[in-house]
Amino acid sequence: MINVLLITFLITLFFVAIANRLLTYIKVLAFQGVLLFAVVFIQLNNINTFNLILILMETIFFKSIAVPVFLAYIIKHNKITREAEPYLPHFISLIIVTMICVASILLVNSIKDNELDKIFFVVALSALFTGLYFIISRRKIITHVMGYLIIENGIFVLSLALGSQMTMLVNIGIMLDVFVSVLVLGIFTNRIGDTFEAMSVDNLSNLKD
Amino acid sequence: MFGYYLIIVLLLGTGTLINRNGPIRIVLLTIFLLVQTAIALYGFFHINTGQLDGNFYFDSLGVIFLLVLAILSYTTVLHSYIYLQHRKDSSRNQSIYFTALIVLIGGMTSVYLAATIGIMWVLIELTTLSVAVLIYHERTNLSLEATWKYVFICSIGITFAFVGIVFLSKALQEAKSVNLSFSDIPNHLQNVNTFWLKLAFIFMLVGFSTKMGLFPMHTIEVDANTVAPPPISAFISTALLNVGFIAIFRTYTLMAHTSILPWMNHILLWSGFLSLFVSTVYILKVNHLKRMFAYSGLEHMGLVAIGLASGGIGYFAAMLHMVLHSFIKASVFYQIDQVYRVFGTFIISKTGNYFNKNLAGAMVMLLLFVSVTAIPPSGMFVSEFLIFRSLFEAHNILLFIVVLLLLTLIMWAVGKNIFSMLFLPQHEQTGKFVKISPWESSTQFVLLTLAIYLGINPPPFFLQLINEAILALPK
Repeated sequence: MINVLLITFLITLFFVAIANRLLTYIKVLAFQGVLLFAVVFIQLNNINTFNLILILMETIFFKSIAVPVFLAYIIKHNKITREAEPYLPHFISLIIVTMICVASILLVNSIKDNELDKIFFVVALSALFTGLYFIISRRKIITHVMGYLIIENGIFVLSLALGSQMTMLVNIGIMLDVFVSVLVLGIFTNRIGDTFEAMSVDNLSNLKD
Repeated sequence: MFGYYLIIVLLLGTGTLINRNGPIRIVLLTIFLLVQTAIALYGFFHINTGQLDGNFYFDSLGVIFLLVLAILSYTTVLHSYIYLQHRKDSSRNQSIYFTALIVLIGGMTSVYLAATIGIMWVLIELTTLSVAVLIYHERTNLSLEATWKYVFICSIGITFAFVGIVFLSKALQEAKSVNLSFSDIPNHLQNVNTFWLKLAFIFMLVGFSTKMGLFPMHTIEVDANTVAPPPISAFISTALLNVGFIAIFRTYTLMAHTSILPWMNHILLWSGFLSLFVSTVYILKVNHLKRMFAYSGLEHMGLVAIGLASGGIGYFAAMLHMVLHSFIKASVFYQIDQVYRVFGTFIISKTGNYFNKNLAGAMVMLLLFVSVTAIPPSGMFVSEFLIFRSLFEAHNILLFIVVLLLLTLIMWAVGKNIFSMLFLPQHEQTGKFVKISPWESSTQFVLLTLAIYLGINPPPFFLQLINEAILALPK
């Protein structure tokens, strides 16, 4: 069951690669939150209740409700155009994301470790590098934030692989990271939207030598 | 004791945030500085004791940089006060500024003393946030751009560091250990899969080098330095670099007794050399005073990484270099605040004849040139010399020659820019003549003298602290 969920997670990455509208990105992020909730629910049943509730709150409330609503609000408030405006065509994006996945599979397969949950590592590494790729290849600042959130989801999968080992502290760390990044990045997207005409990274190139 | 410190800092921070009254703000800041001194001295006299259930620990490494931070806090708060008075900022903005500064100093203190890797990681994120508020203080488009880049890239860096921590705990899981404290980890790393350790080290190095400002994550450090208020630039390029250095140094110490030590040294050596190379390239063409010194910071971090990678006396030299660099680079940026008030610009080619306009400041600038480029009697001459010796002993003669060449180029470029500012006539008068009180330069004289003293004739307790801090590393 976990395999099915994680593979669905991987497929969402391909879906983002060819998605055209920002709203689709937000929906995919919300869907990833639900997927992660399901994975947590199946994977981590032997840790204490309070910890479990905390993680569940983070996935469902944070990743699938609060963050998407907030992003949608930013898009509406700043009147951002609906298209994602990638630098590269969708077809090439799709190929690159596929190559990232294949490379992750090859890398993880080369590890000689019997206790390793390979699928977790494949999905996590793919999400990490796909997120980085989205940050590089999209023009809008808001898509950078979304790329960052995809990286965060990947990291979350990675920490689930070590499930019972991750202590309370690290959970708080993840929560803080998500909370802080969205809040602060969101505030700045607001400010940047008010200051610059269009929310594009092309306007962020004044600092140079 | 450390618990009380955190509570007091929190209370003082809240107090500064709601207070709008000038004299009360001065009283709150004075109390904060005294508390900061108290915690540093307490740490010095109670070395090797745990705090808050062992989550924080006064070890030699932390205490050295805690003492440095305590000294720099005084000067930074003083120069921030002067800076804000001259900008005629509203009371509200001053409150926000000083609250962020208090949170930043408290956060850095906690990072220095954190005893487990998870706590250190969370607190480093806290320093990013508080410093972002300070970078954005001038509320211009440029500062917005720099703040955005700083927060975004630091967040990605901190994420990378987290991935490194996950890989490290994967390695620990093999050794059946769940304890992530710095003192316990090395006991379990002897027989684990080195693949995980290598991945952990490389991710953590990249992640934490957003703070230390090593290549390739140096760009945000430089941009942030360009737009931040000068007293904050002094912090970004000293105490905050020390945060990154401590994180990388602790990670390095954790894995120093495993079989991947030569591999780690190799990575650090390359990282250091590339930092040095990039900084040379940019210093040769830069025309912005603050960016020039930011790249000079990159150069010194590169040297520290090279010293760390070379081993032997290099460990000692790297620590000494970090401490001396903190004092010298802080005085650079305090002085730059005065330069900006005199000329109204940071562009070097628009300045000139600084000796006529601000005599005390020009003397500081001259002394700074000697100190930054490590010409004797600068304290950094000693540490750089020791770094070269460690390179020599590690049989890296080729790298040694290249590094010397690069340093000569840097010396020429920095000298050319500073001397043109000091002695050449100014092409066009900008703004009206501003008289700067010579007393403002006194802190820089004190810090620079301290750097010379610590380099040439280090007191025994200082040497003992450094030697204890590098005790855990292989000989």
